[in-house]
Amino acid sequence: MTGSMDLPAKGGFDFDLCRRNNMLEKNGLKLPGFLKTGTTIVGLVFQDGVVLGADTRATEGPIVADKNCEKIHFMAPNIYCCGAGTAADTEAVTDMVSSQLQLHRYATGRESRVITALTLLKSHLFRYQGHVSAALVLGGVDCTGPHLHTVYPHGSTDTLPFATMGSGSLAAMSVFESRFKEGLTREEGIELVSDAIRAGIFNDLGSGSNVDVCVITKGKTEYLRNHQLPNPRTYASSKGFSFTKGQTEVLSTKIIPLKQKVEVAEGGDAMEE
Amino acid sequence: MARFDPYENNGGTCVAVAGADYCVVAADTRLSVGYSILSRDHSKIAQLADKCVLASSGFQGDIKALQKALAAKELIYEHNNNKKMSCPAMAQLLSNTLYYKRFFPYYTFNVLAGLDTQGKGCVFTYDAVGSYERTGYSAQGTGSALMMPVLDNQLKSLVLSYCQLRTFNTKLLLVQDAVTPLSESDAVDLVKDVFASATERDIYTGDRLEIVVINSSGTHRECIELRKD
Repeated sequence: MTGSMDLPAKGGFDFDLCRRNNMLEKNGLKLPGFLKTGTTIVGLVFQDGVVLGADTRATEGPIVADKNCEKIHFMAPNIYCCGAGTAADTEAVTDMVSSQLQLHRYATGRESRVITALTLLKSHLFRYQGHVSAALVLGGVDCTGPHLHTVYPHGSTDTLPFATMGSGSLAAMSVFESRFKEGLTREEGIELVSDAIRAGIFNDLGSGSNVDVCVITKGKTEYLRNHQLPNPRTYASSKGFSFTKGQTEVLSTKIIPLKQKVEVAEGGDAMEE
Repeated sequence: MARFDPYENNGGTCVAVAGADYCVVAADTRLSVGYSILSRDHSKIAQLADKCVLASSGFQGDIKALQKALAAKELIYEHNNNKKMSCPAMAQLLSNTLYYKRFFPYYTFNVLAGLDTQGKGCVFTYDAVGSYERTGYSAQGTGSALMMPVLDNQLKSLVLSYCQLRTFNTKLLLVQDAVTPLSESDAVDLVKDVFASATERDIYTGDRLEIVVINSSGTHRECIELRKD
């Protein structure tokens, strides 16, 4: 009788290859970099709901990898989530929880609640002990009213009337702390969020390009993609650039023919569908 | 244990292009540390002699110290030799000054440019410890890797084919002939476009572009706005 133990369900990351990776790195292997979003993300609660805002720059170290990426992610028709940190992590975790919420909606027959998304996110992030580098601003309006939360990579959360995250959070928070008050109107809320994101865009090097805004109220969500474009290209040569053949110096040419001829076999079986 | 790090990179990019009778030197005016901006209006270009200009990016503390040291040595040269330093002479002096601190270097990435003794444009490009070369054009700083390929494409083959006419062997490139046949306005246009492009993708380059053009009639300064994000 071969005894086979019933292993408990494995969760979290498998760190078995870490020693090998460290050895390879010491021997000179260059590990691939991570695409971080740098980022300024904000959210605030106004009289009819919540307004979320984000910049659109994704950085890879000192280089801008994407000048117009989307940092405001869909969670549910009434819940959106801004993400800062490692881009793959924020995408993966928001997509995952969005799917889970949809299944939950089918199971319960009700509109999703913001605290449901919050609990799913925080328990996932806690299980991964901070290795999933996602710092989120979660906002939405459900049957219990408007809600705004921040979620940290290790799994802690805060419930706030206004919040900022990312490398530009200090610049944005300075705007919020000066001008936020309870019971803002929709226009005031959008203006304040845009101003806070612009503070991040111009004063933080990790944030830049355009302002994205998302307004969530009871029964209606408006995703204002590229609500403001305060950074057009400053100069473009009117002559343009020509890249004619021969302009780029060819140092040497080597042509290797891969296959001289192709043989077609007659008959044979048709491929299985 | 956190040790004191004597260096810091304040970012920015410098470019210079040499022409037949002019020289274009340009640098952005953003001074940054980490993810913050310290100044949007800080010049990286220093006039060392009337036809010789130094553009430096890197650690601002070392840049200021280097500029001071060079200005003092230039003055001593004037007193000893009864004439102002020429650009090639300053090039050698800068190299020596940098190598003097070979084991605690100036964290500076320099481009020295101006008119040589014949009135032709000259550009000298340096590394942090003084290795230098006279070239037709150069870019140094955080955005240099974004700019050099474009400059190579637009200027290099022109320079090479121009020199092919002058020498029988393309590999024997006479450095004194390493100038672009572009006109002054075309060179300025290229520099502006190349900076605008680098600003799009390098977070440390931006705010404003300072362009200095040196020709026989003197030194002319121009500024254009760049993206401020």
